[in-house]
Amino acid sequence: MAPMSMLAVTTVDLARIQFATTSLYHFLFVPLTLGLAPLVAVMQTLWYRGRGDHWLRLTRFFGTLMLINFAIGVATGLVQEFQFGMNWSVYSTYVGDVFGAPLAIEGLAAFMLESTFLGLWIFGWDRLPRRVHLATIWLLALGTWLSAFFIIVANSWMQRPVGSHVVDGRAELTDVWALMTNRFGIAAFTHVILVGLTTAAAIVFGVGCWHLVRGRNRELFRPAVKLALIVGVPISALNLAVGSHLGVVVTDYQPMKIAATEAQWTTCQPCSFSLFQIGGFSSDDETPSFSIQIPRLLSVLATGSLDGQVQGMNELQQQDEATFGPGDYTPPIRTAYWSMRIMAYAGTLVFLVFALGAFLLWRGRLETTRWFLWAGVLTIPLPYIAALAGWVLSEVGRQPWIVWGLLKTADANSPSVSTSTIAFSLAVFAALYGALAVVDFVLMRRYARLDPPELGGDGDEFSLPAVEY
Amino acid sequence: MDLETFWFCLIALLWAGYFVLEGFDFGVGMLLPFVPRDDAERGTLLRTIGPVWDGNEVWLIVAGGATFAAFPAWYATMFSGFYVALLLVLVFLIVRVVSFEWRGKSESPRWRSVWAWANTIGSFGASLVWGVGLAALLSGTPIGSDGHYAGSFWDLFSPYTLVAGVAAVLLFTFHGATFLTLRTVGELHDRAERAARRLALPAVALGAVFVIWTVAVAIDRNDKDLFPPALPAAIALVALVLAPLFLVRGRNGRAFSMTGIGIVASVATLFTSLYPRVMVSSPDFGNSLTVSDAASSHYALTVMSVVALVFVPLVLLYQGWSYYVFRHRVGDEPVGS
Repeated sequence: MAPMSMLAVTTVDLARIQFATTSLYHFLFVPLTLGLAPLVAVMQTLWYRGRGDHWLRLTRFFGTLMLINFAIGVATGLVQEFQFGMNWSVYSTYVGDVFGAPLAIEGLAAFMLESTFLGLWIFGWDRLPRRVHLATIWLLALGTWLSAFFIIVANSWMQRPVGSHVVDGRAELTDVWALMTNRFGIAAFTHVILVGLTTAAAIVFGVGCWHLVRGRNRELFRPAVKLALIVGVPISALNLAVGSHLGVVVTDYQPMKIAATEAQWTTCQPCSFSLFQIGGFSSDDETPSFSIQIPRLLSVLATGSLDGQVQGMNELQQQDEATFGPGDYTPPIRTAYWSMRIMAYAGTLVFLVFALGAFLLWRGRLETTRWFLWAGVLTIPLPYIAALAGWVLSEVGRQPWIVWGLLKTADANSPSVSTSTIAFSLAVFAALYGALAVVDFVLMRRYARLDPPELGGDGDEFSLPAVEY
Repeated sequence: MDLETFWFCLIALLWAGYFVLEGFDFGVGMLLPFVPRDDAERGTLLRTIGPVWDGNEVWLIVAGGATFAAFPAWYATMFSGFYVALLLVLVFLIVRVVSFEWRGKSESPRWRSVWAWANTIGSFGASLVWGVGLAALLSGTPIGSDGHYAGSFWDLFSPYTLVAGVAAVLLFTFHGATFLTLRTVGELHDRAERAARRLALPAVALGAVFVIWTVAVAIDRNDKDLFPPALPAAIALVALVLAPLFLVRGRNGRAFSMTGIGIVASVATLFTSLYPRVMVSSPDFGNSLTVSDAASSHYALTVMSVVALVFVPLVLLYQGWSYYVFRHRVGDEPVGS
């Protein structure tokens, strides 16, 4: 017989698994939308400005990929909004006064804009004057960015609760300006937008490389690849800097997250950065049996200074116990450690590919360096891997808190929802999302390999997304 | 009016907006197997709602978000309590969303037929569950003294909520058919008209039963008087009766306005019957969740009110414009720009 407490743990675990899997899945589609909407808008603008009809063909080509991707983003986004109430009713009651506001504003200010102008863009080609039609894709892009802003505001409040106080066992909003300008949120939002642009640049670049290596549609994909590099090189570089800055912000507000991410048990000054290590991830095995370290790098990453101090988990655990009472305040260390490294390494690799691509383009050797074109194709998954690892780091690193310092995850789920109910819904989502993933991947692959029709040529009339309805 | 009541009204308005807008595109989805003769005509039907369905669905997201922000305890108890029902809604809506995008992505007749059916089933299922679920807010479900839901999925069902579910399905289908009479041409238009006329009687009859029964449930189980719920109920009844009358005279535009007003007034009847409670508890009526129990702080509601007063008119403006842009019948658009 399992005691009740064990059953309760299982319910929270299942709710966490469901939230983690559905959120990560949702975020497979978000960055590409955030980045591809403005990139397609740029392509359409270049066409509008008379820079050649190939930009119109590219607009349609990548616009179709954007729409296939967008559909699942919308569908799975609904789950996110419902899930707070369904699985986390205690959390919802506790935070609604603060957390609900950005969520509601996201719907009203961002999703409405996004969805309405998406419809106008898809179906408005022949219906609107060109200039107005161009405005619709820019407004769509604005909608996607606004939506990212508000949801990051909500998430950042969970990481660093500001602009609120706790009254009668629940949080209340006291300063909406402080909520919206949360330093954590500004850094995280910038990071997410840059991730989106990097992802979109990688897709345009990878798809372009594939066509170039096959010797297909060169006149069309040459400018696309160039555009991807013009965006990709500076944006992915900037993103590394912003991501690193976010690390400094995290150190200020969530020192335990940083300590766990670095498997740093004792306080250090200056601190070296562990590139790779075996062992050292549990309190009975604090010293790794093997590790590669770079002196002072952790001090720089975590504090922005060469001899900054980083507090260790042992000290922080004692502090937290003194503040919050007995309990384990350490997040899962191994997960935090590796997710950070997967994110950072994959993100750096993307930048290196872009940089090398730009170099080859400059020397006029890009199209003849076949191995590199294939490398460009293989780069496509990297931004996704980095983005998902980043979210794992951010959310797993927040544990055991659901709202940092205020409410624990283990106390936040829905008491009225049974383990078997969540298990059932988890199974439903696994089956449904699995099927959607397969279909989406097949469609994306097929449409990415398609030969974009000539304007006015055979098949041109079918290249408008709307006609496919 | 205090802020809590204002937000209760605004949420009712968001639900009404959701049902009147998504109502016709659910209706078009449910008519897909019946009105068109072939795949090309099914495409035409989907194109009548193609530019607008996504924007319509956002009304639901905003209704959910507004409930979370303005009445956290209502959002928490309803969404955790109606768990399985909402899971079903999510599955229906997800399948429906992708069906729009994916149906046209292959020439295979089987593929296209699968996604057309997915759209129909998604539209039908979501309409049915919303009808049952919202009616259950009024007819009552078990709520504990701690404010947590204490019942099961089956507690949502009663003869009254089932009538509400079927009424939603029929009213949306009827609403969708009258919408199609305004957006199609030729034979398809004639068939849409016939469908609308055939649906008129059952839809209006069940809609009327739902509205009258709602007022009765309000008096019987929610401690309400005949007035004010009878006022929106009367408007709903008049509009629903006028719709078929306009239809037989060929005044399809007016008929569509009437089905729209009928739906809005039916939602208004439900929410007027509910106020000042947001979820009626049964059998322990004392545990019912009220507007003031569930509301956010005054400051949060003030902030949200400012946001709503700025953005709701703006949204209405550009969504209205998008309907104006796509006002032409599909298959009869002016060529070129």
